[in-house]
Amino acid sequence: MGWTQKVLRVNLTTGSVATEPLNMDWALKYIGQRGLATKYLFEEIDPKIDALSPANKLIMATGPLTGTMAATGGRYSVITKSPLTGAIACSNSGGFIGNEIKNAGFDMLIFEGKAPKPVYLYLENDKAELLPADHLWGKSVWEADRLLHNDHQDPLLRIACVGRAAEQGCLYAGVVNDLHRAAGRSGVGTVMASKNLKAVAVRGTKGVGNIRDPKQFMLATQTAKKVLAQNPVTGEGLPKMGTQVLMNVINEVGAMPTRNMREVQFEGANRISAEAMHVPRESDGKPNLTTNAACFACTIACGRISTIDPKHYTIVNKPQYMGANGGLEYEAAWALGSDTGVDDLDALTYANFICNEDGYDPISFGSTVAAAMELFEIGALTKEHTGGIEMRFGSAEALTKAAELVAKGEGFGRDLGLGSKRLCEKYGHPDLSMTVKGQEFPAYDPRGIQGMGLTYATSNRGACHLRSYTVSSEILGVPVKTDPLTTDGKPELVKAFQDATAAVDSTGLCVFTTFAWTLEDIAPQIDAACAGDWSPDKMLEAGERIWNLERQFNLKAGLTKADDTLPKRLLKEAAKTGPAKGKVSELHKMLPHYYEIRGWTPDGVPTTDTLHRLAI
Amino acid sequence: MQLKLKLYATLAEFLPPTAVSNVADIEVADDATPFQIIDRYHVPRTRAHLVLHNGNYVPPTERDNPIFRDGDSLAIWPPVAGG
Repeated sequence: MGWTQKVLRVNLTTGSVATEPLNMDWALKYIGQRGLATKYLFEEIDPKIDALSPANKLIMATGPLTGTMAATGGRYSVITKSPLTGAIACSNSGGFIGNEIKNAGFDMLIFEGKAPKPVYLYLENDKAELLPADHLWGKSVWEADRLLHNDHQDPLLRIACVGRAAEQGCLYAGVVNDLHRAAGRSGVGTVMASKNLKAVAVRGTKGVGNIRDPKQFMLATQTAKKVLAQNPVTGEGLPKMGTQVLMNVINEVGAMPTRNMREVQFEGANRISAEAMHVPRESDGKPNLTTNAACFACTIACGRISTIDPKHYTIVNKPQYMGANGGLEYEAAWALGSDTGVDDLDALTYANFICNEDGYDPISFGSTVAAAMELFEIGALTKEHTGGIEMRFGSAEALTKAAELVAKGEGFGRDLGLGSKRLCEKYGHPDLSMTVKGQEFPAYDPRGIQGMGLTYATSNRGACHLRSYTVSSEILGVPVKTDPLTTDGKPELVKAFQDATAAVDSTGLCVFTTFAWTLEDIAPQIDAACAGDWSPDKMLEAGERIWNLERQFNLKAGLTKADDTLPKRLLKEAAKTGPAKGKVSELHKMLPHYYEIRGWTPDGVPTTDTLHRLAI
Repeated sequence: MQLKLKLYATLAEFLPPTAVSNVADIEVADDATPFQIIDRYHVPRTRAHLVLHNGNYVPPTERDNPIFRDGDSLAIWPPVAGG
């Protein structure tokens, strides 16, 4: 059946740990992972609650294909109410922890309440217990991971952990697993730390049985793997270049958000690109990129493992950063680099290491630093506020110092940990925050890629590229090329991407497979593994149902149509260079039609008919 | 006239030796077309997926057209993606 049909419910307030059956009626409608956990959260909490109160719940959820032989079937998600946005949060991660949870026999772990003292969950197949974490509290992710492996004398233990940033209340802290993979966005780690839950340490050896039709499943997964291997993106481009290949592409098309999105092209892009990561250094003759890396069951292997130049100022006398570690992905490189105007590849790699080490989102961090730099430039922030840091665009020293401060929640790092929206409000210039629903933008300027403007404005978790990656069509020509500078057809394109992605995010598979796969490739794998007669159309319908349920959560939380918008800069200030020169985001041309084709009222509320049609 | 030829990702191997950071200044005829340049540098047409003239996409049906002015750029990638 794909699903283990078991949920582990952990009440942190009382310390109780109990197993309960998975609600199969819901699983057949919401698949798993993102969709199914959203349904649980929707039913179990009042969306109006304070995200950092014990009333919030945090769900770690796998999909039906997590832990199976399906290519990339190692994903899990963390679902909760976000302290950054006040909206639904769902952050997806690879690595190995998702597989381990599934192999321990659970589809989901639900955490509720708040522990009176720091604890961690130790899960070894059927044995689940909360153990004291006093010795882990105040430790970085990397240090806590080492201590837990020592405590249990088990090198195969898989660990998801929060770092010091989360403990100190940084509102965009994530949950890091396997040292450098992360459920990174929307502050899911902040919620975990607010519950005094430091880590989840899992050892699962049960295997994932109960596949509906094992022979058919083997055939379906093998067929799909061939598609990935033979596709030039998933078979060659992503393994060799990683996501960072986009740095020069997006810069060339004039959609590279630069210096807090004042500009759309960065003169230093090539110096921080995938190509630059392959160039040997003068100091030791080695390139920044050591190797690529794969998550559980992944046949793509887009991950980056990097080292910093041994002579770089950031790691002098710091041996812990001299080895190979999680390297730059495009989103981190953009936010830490172009958006702050810093073109020092080693400084970005160092800042990225720190984000992993202490568990916070490099997108939100980089964007918040960029906002701080603009505030500094106009005099709204001074060295008195920053503790002496010259927060100037292009300053690698400012960036890396800021990373160290956010990691520990020290000095100006506490202000930066608020995120761009609250920082800009605090210092009197809310318009300088490049956010939607309080979450910072990813790496595509909507003035140069019109569909992404609608994507960001309507994303249920605030500004996010992964909710409908129309870049794929508008820029990369996958599956078909559309014009990035027009709004024609974009509401339909965004809706199609949103619904399909919601379905894929609920399966346990990686969304990067969709550069090669469509639902025609994914549905046979789900159908062979699970009951429910899964066709591509049924998956798409489930995706639409999930999207609307997330919307319902947000509406009940108090969000409205007014939150489906973009910062004034993107709507009023035209791009200064490149193909989009003279253009702003034309959101107003797309949003009303988007509501219409969604079956929502002009105020963005799903109609009774829509809810009935989707059986919500 | 002179163009800036930019070859990225796995196409970098087709750059002339004068290229710096994936960019080469090249001399071409005034009526040069994208396909002529692609062929001249032995880039397999099947791998010239994303072809940008001054940042604007050139569809395959227009790659036989003389579209350049002196100082323009031609940037090419194989099929790539990220996120």
